[in-house]
Amino acid sequence: MLTLVAALLALYGAAALLGVVGGRRVLVPVYVLSGLAAAATALGAARFLASGAAPETAVLPLGLPWIGAHFRIDALSAFFLFVLGTAGALTSLFAVDYGGHDDDPGRVLPFYPAFLAGMSLVLVADDAFSFLVSWETMSLASWLLVLATHRQSETRSAAFLYLVMASIGVGALLLGFGLLAGGSGDFAFAALRGAALGPWKSGLFFALAVIGTGSKAGMVPLHVWLPPAHAAAPSHVSALMSGVMTKVAIYGFIRLLFDLAGPAQWWWGAVVVALGGITALLGVLYAVMQSDVKRLLAYSTVENIGIILIGLGLALAFHANHLDLLAQLALIAALLHAFNHATFKSLLFLGSGAILVATHSRDMDKLGGLIHRLPMTAVAFLVGAVAISGLPPFNGFVSEWLTFQAIVNGALLPQWLLKLAVPVVGAMLALAVALAGVALVKAFGIIFLGRPRNNAAATAQETGALMLAAMLALAALCMVTGVAPQLVLALAQPAATLLLPHGAGLDLSSPLWLAPLGPDHSSYSGGVILLAVTFLAALLGLVIHRFASDRARRSAPWDCGFPDTRPETQYSAAGFAQPIRRIFGATVFAARERIDMPAPGDTRPARFEISFRDPVWEAIYAPTARLVSLLADRLNLLQFQTIRRYLSLMFAALVLLLLIVAVSQ
Amino acid sequence: MPIFANPAYDTAHLLDTFVLVLSFALLYQRRLFAMITLYAWQAFFLAAAAAWQAYAQDAPHLYITAAIALVFKAIVIPLALHRIIIYLDIHRSIETALGIGPTMAVGVGLVALSILLVLPVTAASGALTRESLAAALSVVLLGLLMMITRRNAVSQVVGFMSLENGLILAAVGVKGMPLVVELSVAFSVMVAFIIFGVFFFHIRERFDTLDVHDMEQFRGEGR
Repeated sequence: MLTLVAALLALYGAAALLGVVGGRRVLVPVYVLSGLAAAATALGAARFLASGAAPETAVLPLGLPWIGAHFRIDALSAFFLFVLGTAGALTSLFAVDYGGHDDDPGRVLPFYPAFLAGMSLVLVADDAFSFLVSWETMSLASWLLVLATHRQSETRSAAFLYLVMASIGVGALLLGFGLLAGGSGDFAFAALRGAALGPWKSGLFFALAVIGTGSKAGMVPLHVWLPPAHAAAPSHVSALMSGVMTKVAIYGFIRLLFDLAGPAQWWWGAVVVALGGITALLGVLYAVMQSDVKRLLAYSTVENIGIILIGLGLALAFHANHLDLLAQLALIAALLHAFNHATFKSLLFLGSGAILVATHSRDMDKLGGLIHRLPMTAVAFLVGAVAISGLPPFNGFVSEWLTFQAIVNGALLPQWLLKLAVPVVGAMLALAVALAGVALVKAFGIIFLGRPRNNAAATAQETGALMLAAMLALAALCMVTGVAPQLVLALAQPAATLLLPHGAGLDLSSPLWLAPLGPDHSSYSGGVILLAVTFLAALLGLVIHRFASDRARRSAPWDCGFPDTRPETQYSAAGFAQPIRRIFGATVFAARERIDMPAPGDTRPARFEISFRDPVWEAIYAPTARLVSLLADRLNLLQFQTIRRYLSLMFAALVLLLLIVAVSQ
Repeated sequence: MPIFANPAYDTAHLLDTFVLVLSFALLYQRRLFAMITLYAWQAFFLAAAAAWQAYAQDAPHLYITAAIALVFKAIVIPLALHRIIIYLDIHRSIETALGIGPTMAVGVGLVALSILLVLPVTAASGALTRESLAAALSVVLLGLLMMITRRNAVSQVVGFMSLENGLILAAVGVKGMPLVVELSVAFSVMVAFIIFGVFFFHIRERFDTLDVHDMEQFRGEGR
């Protein structure tokens, strides 16, 4: 398997080189090569997991001379390679058609394979140095991909924010690894695994790991870079960033905290569960209020990261209390949700790309009625929307159901804080999932239903057979995973067994019924639900047609139930979100609505303005930015000193350091 | 330990101490000629220390180091600096530095710091190395102190070269240090001297002074 990954990395390298040399003429070969490599990754990883092979390791004489580069594939890496390969292959397929519609395809081609390669390398790295180098490769490649649309001014500020946040994250990871390695200087994960940190140091490591990986995943309050960056990137890149890169960050989280950090503390679980709940709820509230479809999807990514974090936090808490079977349940729920989110979020971002190509707009208030012009895209988008809203029989339901199973069992935790907090987080999760439904109903309804709001939407055409094929394949994947989740759960189980070896493993024996904790606990059958849903829908249709349709109704004769035919009279995106905004927005986001009514006799139009603020930005980022700029102003004095003062400063620093050494002896 | 129990140790220590004491003398000397003479003496004792180490360690290549120190640092550079000072007509200038008392106090503090620092770190190695290293570190720190308390560019150069003397002292005190290092250090001093020499003339031509304080006025900074 490692040989395969090495060969695929060479393939990505070749594709990237081709992209550098060829420019837009080689668009098709670059995406085909990347797609083939990703597909091979997914197949190889699935075979590795299904065969139950032992971890493979390799040490190459690359990188730092006395460390070398360590690589390893185990069940956890292989599962995430599977996620990466699946989403990467279909996204590349989409891009074969879509890539030519970019503003500047030459800016995307070299970095797209490099981005995939960087993410694959993170997943197989087995020492801190290779891990961080791959992590930075991934960050920089995605940063350059975001900058592909650099002509829009909002892209530039989004890219700057992304770069700053990525630096903070990798700084935290660097410190964390340093803490773990201590003075030994051996940065191989095998050596770090044995490091025994005291309670204070392991707590500090936990904090650094959460900051480092959480900032990349989009955890609140470190999420601010994610929506602008994901929205600004070309759509197939957005799909990869949202669908896969955040999962690589989740992989980092699991690798650091479940594998390397040593014995878990129960309060780690409490912190992660709380952060997950806040992330899920705030993310989806933001999502509901967006009117740009890509920003809405990006905020929904934040929400889904929250759901995954809830699962991971519960797994940590169960593991710390030696309830390893439940820990496995929570971990597998998180892993499955990571896979599911990679499928449906990629699908939705690809759908937004198809809409963008067809109508040149991401603003929902300029779309509408697209179900008539883009029927296949509408079907795929609808499947993604239903899946992400956690409705059966699609895959989002299964992972959220498993997460709830873990939450319900939170009562078994001995700590009172957790006993009381876990149900609260469960309620937050339930609210978040319901609001996700609102956000996606809004997205689907405003974009695809009603009437076109402008000419571009009215004349849109389906684009590209390959784009449709990629989206429909992802939609099918959502369906298959929802109906037969055992297929993917069987791939996630080895990772859970690897990390939590004391658990018995989930009961995946029955192909029809999913009863993870055994037959006498809750169970779910995607097939039965599918049949029931189909049957009930057919029955409902029949009943409506049979009994409701022949009721006599009175209405104006020629308006078809649509008295004012101007499209502006339809529900707008902001209008749809108004109830939610009034309930939550006034307190959480300080949302204000202002009506500017002209005086009688004045002919100017009345205006209705909505403003809301980001509480996280105002509470954390703005003060930090002010502090940094204040400090920078003060430190600026050091920039213009006389030679003698420079020397004196150096001398003082030297003496101070020597004093510290002398005293510390 | 009886007195003179180990002549190699005592002699090396004595020569190191001479170098160190001359560093103190350099620190408070305000007349340029006297300062250069003191520097020449320091270089001379450095050469003697190197020669003694060559004899004590039975390392003949250190004789070359000693010869380089003697010829260039104790004779050529001081003579050249002497000529520069006469040429620039600044031999009557007396520069104001930090007061003697505070400077000495700081210097003594630095020596104490070096001893506190070096002795525990090198507990495993021989006494010969340990004392020499402490003295050498003190000379380096005193050279730095001299550089930042002086305002005349010539005395700053002398401070810098005194600092280099400390480095050489450390290099010869450690067994098995290859000659390459010492040669490079010696030549770096030469190069620095040449650069500084050229530098002086340029400064003089441009600003008509060698007082760093006046140059700060030209940069439009300072206070």
